[in-house]
Amino acid sequence: MVKHLLKRDRHPGDLIFAACFLLLSLFLLSRLGYETSWVGGTAWYAQPMLWPALSLAGMTAFALINVCGAVVSDRREGRGREMLLWCRSTEYACWFMLYVWIVPLLGYLPATVIFAASLAMRTGYRDRATISAAVLVGIAIVVVFKGVLEVKIPAGQVYEHLPDGLHNFMIQYM
Amino acid sequence: MELLASSIAILYRWDVAAALLAGSVGGVVIGAIPGVGAAVAIAILLPATFSMDPIVGLTVLLGVYGSSMYGGAIPAVLINTPGTAVNALTTYDGYPMAKRDSPRRALSLAYSASFFGGVFSVVCLVLLSQVLALIAPHFGSREIFLAALLGLVLVVLAHRGRIISAGMMACLGIFIHTIGLEPVRYTRRYTFDQSWLVSGIDLIVVVLGLFALSQAFLLLVEPDTRARVDRVSGGIFQGLRELLKFKRVATVSSSFGVSMGMIPGVGEFTAQFLSYTYAQKTSKTPERFGKGSPEGLIASEAANNAVPGAAMIPLLALGIPGEALTAMMLSVFYVHNVIPGPQLFANRLDFVVALYIALLLLNVIVLVFLMFSTNGIVRIIRIPSRFLGVMILTLGFVGVYSLRNSITDCALAAGFGVFGLILKRLDLPIVPIILGMVLGGIMEVKMRSAMARVQTPLDFIERPVSAIIFAMIVLVIGWHIASTARARRTRSRGD
Repeated sequence: MVKHLLKRDRHPGDLIFAACFLLLSLFLLSRLGYETSWVGGTAWYAQPMLWPALSLAGMTAFALINVCGAVVSDRREGRGREMLLWCRSTEYACWFMLYVWIVPLLGYLPATVIFAASLAMRTGYRDRATISAAVLVGIAIVVVFKGVLEVKIPAGQVYEHLPDGLHNFMIQYM
Repeated sequence: MELLASSIAILYRWDVAAALLAGSVGGVVIGAIPGVGAAVAIAILLPATFSMDPIVGLTVLLGVYGSSMYGGAIPAVLINTPGTAVNALTTYDGYPMAKRDSPRRALSLAYSASFFGGVFSVVCLVLLSQVLALIAPHFGSREIFLAALLGLVLVVLAHRGRIISAGMMACLGIFIHTIGLEPVRYTRRYTFDQSWLVSGIDLIVVVLGLFALSQAFLLLVEPDTRARVDRVSGGIFQGLRELLKFKRVATVSSSFGVSMGMIPGVGEFTAQFLSYTYAQKTSKTPERFGKGSPEGLIASEAANNAVPGAAMIPLLALGIPGEALTAMMLSVFYVHNVIPGPQLFANRLDFVVALYIALLLLNVIVLVFLMFSTNGIVRIIRIPSRFLGVMILTLGFVGVYSLRNSITDCALAAGFGVFGLILKRLDLPIVPIILGMVLGGIMEVKMRSAMARVQTPLDFIERPVSAIIFAMIVLVIGWHIASTARARRTRSRGD
């Protein structure tokens, strides 16, 4: 009966995710006394510990049921392949962080153009039209966001070496 | 009349007009690209709107929100792939109609039904304003706490078949909200002695990671795809005439959209399925549904386009977002110190009416734009998926970094991006995390102020509005348990 109640559609990698989520919930719950506090002379509903405790208790309970559901549900092949795909996404997270790191050095416009063109090449595009499109997209994004919408992005350190007029223009718009 | 004049004065500015135009046109284009969607666009644009006037920023976001579903109908009809998830039902009848008759007829009917649904919801919103202005002052801390709790319960229960994972994610959202300095006693919560965690995890960082970066990562790791789609020939005005033949279906479907949109956590999917089922059951030709029925197409498009207007009701009247997109918009209100809720209706009704008028105008702009530019948008659908991933990742940087120029925020967003990719691959819900963060914050603050005024927990529901909301929570949970048990019994009998 319980098995019937918990059974669900299971994707490859489901059990691994469910188990990791349960472990994380248990770890966070075990740190409740250290990472939050109970303030004496304060009502229970105003305690700093209340909402972390409620949310973590809920997370753990649901995660436990989720693991049970994954265990009793029919397994689908492809767990290894799926986890490899998850890992492959971290490569693009690293690309993103590299972009974040080079913007304050090279400036928003050069960094964006280099990032868009190199990432397009990394993803398999080699033809001149697509790379040019990536460069144009990079320029358009900088013009719209920095030039028109004036979002706060610091100027690149390389801009310091530009002649005065261009230096001010680049700081303000690029 | 004075109120209307004052509202028009708020909108009568070049920057508002530009925002309305950019939001509407941009929303259609974004909606038409499968794999992007309004959530990604709004997440990226959000920090850029913080430096704008509240009405300008909200108009851009409303434009994207309200018009993306119009654009989403284009690939749904032409290539059987919904541009946004909520256009999924449009493929049932839109694609067969495009194949059997002509793409022009299907698109024209989809645009007209969307327009009808959009305008219908704004009219309902205007009519309900006076009622809301009367009811809203009866919402004190305990009522808002219970309404937020009801929203959270509905969000979890709306994920049929995935309730456990939705509950898990909602609790995770509430937990993420609690990280950092606690706002009253200033004690640290789950900072692990890390200074960068003291200020907490920003909602925008989580939103950008879970919606924009995860989508970029997904497009980049999956095989490259490019849609093949032909030009649409002929005029597009025919649909407005054809819609008049099915005005009952359009009206009822829009009503479903409005009523479902008002309830937090329910939204477009339920509205569409209810209206589609209604249209099929009352049709003289139910056998044509799924094979290119105009009624099916109208039911789907009118219902989903009626939702954005209605979804603004709980947000504006109570400050409670019903889904992820309105949760993102809530942060724009807060940044500008315009606090949605009962006081907004009492003190800034002209601002609220200005938003309604903006919603109405965006529907007109979108319809006119689509009548003349469908073929231009068709070209955008052909963008290869990995190139789209490059674009989203480049745009995602602006969203996260411009928030406070923090590399830590970017690293957190990248982490949430990978987490979001895993959730999407496993078909686990993301929206409950965002709503957990927003509603968890509201619940914590409101519970603290409400409990200080009551003697026992039972006093919490002594007022009529709080009693009604509490009864609704009990009824919703009870109804869900009963319907699940019934479904299990039926299934086990079938086995």
